[in-house]
Amino acid sequence: MYYRFVTFHGLDMLIFFIIFFEMAILYFAGPVLLNSRLPAPGLGWLSFVLMVVGSLLVNVMVYSGKADVMFTSYPPLKADPLYYLGIILFAVGALIVCILFLASLAVARKNKTYEGSIPLVVFGALTACIIAIITLLHGALIFIPTLLWSMDLMPMDAEVYRLMFWGLGHSSQQINVAAMVSVWYLLAGLTVGGVVLNEKISRMAFVLYILFISMASAHHLLVDPGWGPAWKIWNTSYAMYLAVLASMIHGFTVPGGIELGQRLRGFKNGLFEWLSKAPWSDPGFSGMMISLVVFGFMGGITGVTIGTEQINIMVHNTLRVPGHFHVTVVGGTALAFMAVSYYVFPLIFRKRVAFWGMAKVQPYFFGFGIAIMGMGMTFLGSMGVPRRHWDSTFSQAPFQPPFPDTINLFQAVMGIGGLLAAAGALMFITIAVVTVFFGKPVTADSIKNGESGIPQGVLKLPAQSYTGANVEQVHKEGAKGTVVLAFVFLVCFVLYYFVNWKMLASIWKVG
Amino acid sequence: MENMELHSGIMPVKGIWWKPAPAQEKRWVIISFIWCLILFAMMPLWHFKGGQNPAGIRTRVTADEFETRLNKFIKDYQVGEEKGIPVVQPPAGSDVYIAARMWQWSPILKLKKGAEYTIHLSSLDANHGFSLYPARLNFQVVPGYDYGLKMAPDQAGTFYIICNEFCGINHHNMIGEIIVEE
Repeated sequence: MYYRFVTFHGLDMLIFFIIFFEMAILYFAGPVLLNSRLPAPGLGWLSFVLMVVGSLLVNVMVYSGKADVMFTSYPPLKADPLYYLGIILFAVGALIVCILFLASLAVARKNKTYEGSIPLVVFGALTACIIAIITLLHGALIFIPTLLWSMDLMPMDAEVYRLMFWGLGHSSQQINVAAMVSVWYLLAGLTVGGVVLNEKISRMAFVLYILFISMASAHHLLVDPGWGPAWKIWNTSYAMYLAVLASMIHGFTVPGGIELGQRLRGFKNGLFEWLSKAPWSDPGFSGMMISLVVFGFMGGITGVTIGTEQINIMVHNTLRVPGHFHVTVVGGTALAFMAVSYYVFPLIFRKRVAFWGMAKVQPYFFGFGIAIMGMGMTFLGSMGVPRRHWDSTFSQAPFQPPFPDTINLFQAVMGIGGLLAAAGALMFITIAVVTVFFGKPVTADSIKNGESGIPQGVLKLPAQSYTGANVEQVHKEGAKGTVVLAFVFLVCFVLYYFVNWKMLASIWKVG
Repeated sequence: MENMELHSGIMPVKGIWWKPAPAQEKRWVIISFIWCLILFAMMPLWHFKGGQNPAGIRTRVTADEFETRLNKFIKDYQVGEEKGIPVVQPPAGSDVYIAARMWQWSPILKLKKGAEYTIHLSSLDANHGFSLYPARLNFQVVPGYDYGLKMAPDQAGTFYIICNEFCGINHHNMIGEIIVEE
């Protein structure tokens, strides 16, 4: 039963929920932000139906016990052919949305709905779209043969499957990253008029994602027998960590742009007035900032460290791995998507956000909950506790590895964090459902009267473009606070990384 | 810079956006890049200077072949039996075979502290995960592949092999044992 639920949780969260949301972002970034027509809406509905049917099919298979194979479904563990078919249908649906997005860009360009180059946010969404196409092609490349294998029509090598599966599995996380960073830039602009420090650098960072991110499949194969050290080092590091470089750039330019935007709005005292005077009770803003910090400080640092070829010997398939990806995908991506929802409700659905008081605290519950849970998992994993396992006492096994009592403490930490996060998730779902189906409409009057349920960036959109003497002055002074924060980040990164090498040096010689 | 203009990421960009970056940002990119190069250099460096690497001897093997080698290894060095699993004490420096199958690690090993062994891991059915507790060594055990890793136990005691890759309904009960003697 435990394994069945983990299978569910992996597929529904990591693939279905998140890709549905990303496809919504593509519809938003194309037709909405560029103010253009959506070509072939009929195809859009077809893709939606394919995605829904695919995900339902997979869920039915898992629920009926015909696919107890985990999210990863490594052969030779075998599921019902319909399970693989469900995933393929879903992927085809998503692929159609990607193509529609590209078509909508072409239509907008042809109809001249904008002047100059597409905005950075759309550029980022385009990046996500390209990575999605690469990912889905990997998916087709592996799940079509696996479907045939499950019908006994062809053989399947366990190691080749692992390589290709993670070409889908890890790359799909990079759709999340690109989409999340685009959402950060979007919310920075909507909530506090955050600016782009430099278009060239930010766009180049997005291009680095496209070029190098698929290599991350290797993160899952570092202690596998199928590949040699040269292959592992080159691929796990995205060719010398160029995709990490991209994230470090965005990690500087997003808060830096927010800082300049705030300084232009008059909060220019000291190093951190731009932060202390920020709209922390706007869930769009707080959600974005918590997502940025949890993703960068926790997700980024742990990810690079445990994805190091040798350090992975201590980490592979322990709870440190879920400890890492919950803070990236959930604390980072899912939270950013929740934050942007608070702007989508009034701007697209034209509805005032329901339970506004609850909405204000929701990002804090969810973000801090996940951060605490991730920390608990990371400590447990460091003590050797395996992932995908429900009994740390091994009560029915022939031998009982004696875990120290401290794991009880960290299991409690993990549980408390998990409950906080789950509470945050339930709040979000309640708010979202009630707002969309029963929410009060946004009217000119409700905006003028500043009624509740409308985020401050919608009540009064901050300036999106600044000119004048003041601009030059602020630009010259730069983002001083962000520089300080960036160096704090770098120090944490260096410390965590080398502490792990030190721990590695103390274990058995192996090679 | 005359007529300096700053805008958010939501605005389309008029004119040419390929402009020099502000000094602060440029410095951060350079520092980040240097850090990335250090991150990269650490891995090859550890292959030359460090003692823990997952390189090993990697070959293909069928389940039948591996089982033949395993059975010969057990026959040569068996010293007892515990809970139905053979206990094997190989000489220092020898090739050692551990097979993973649903849901058992076989055999139980008795090793000498300070000696080096080449431990061959393979699976006779699905993927399994070799996780040696509390030594904190984790390797993927993949059917069709023989992963030969030189290991040198540096402390005496009882160590447990926890399967940490999902391998079916009894995955959580798949625990093996390695005893290291002084």
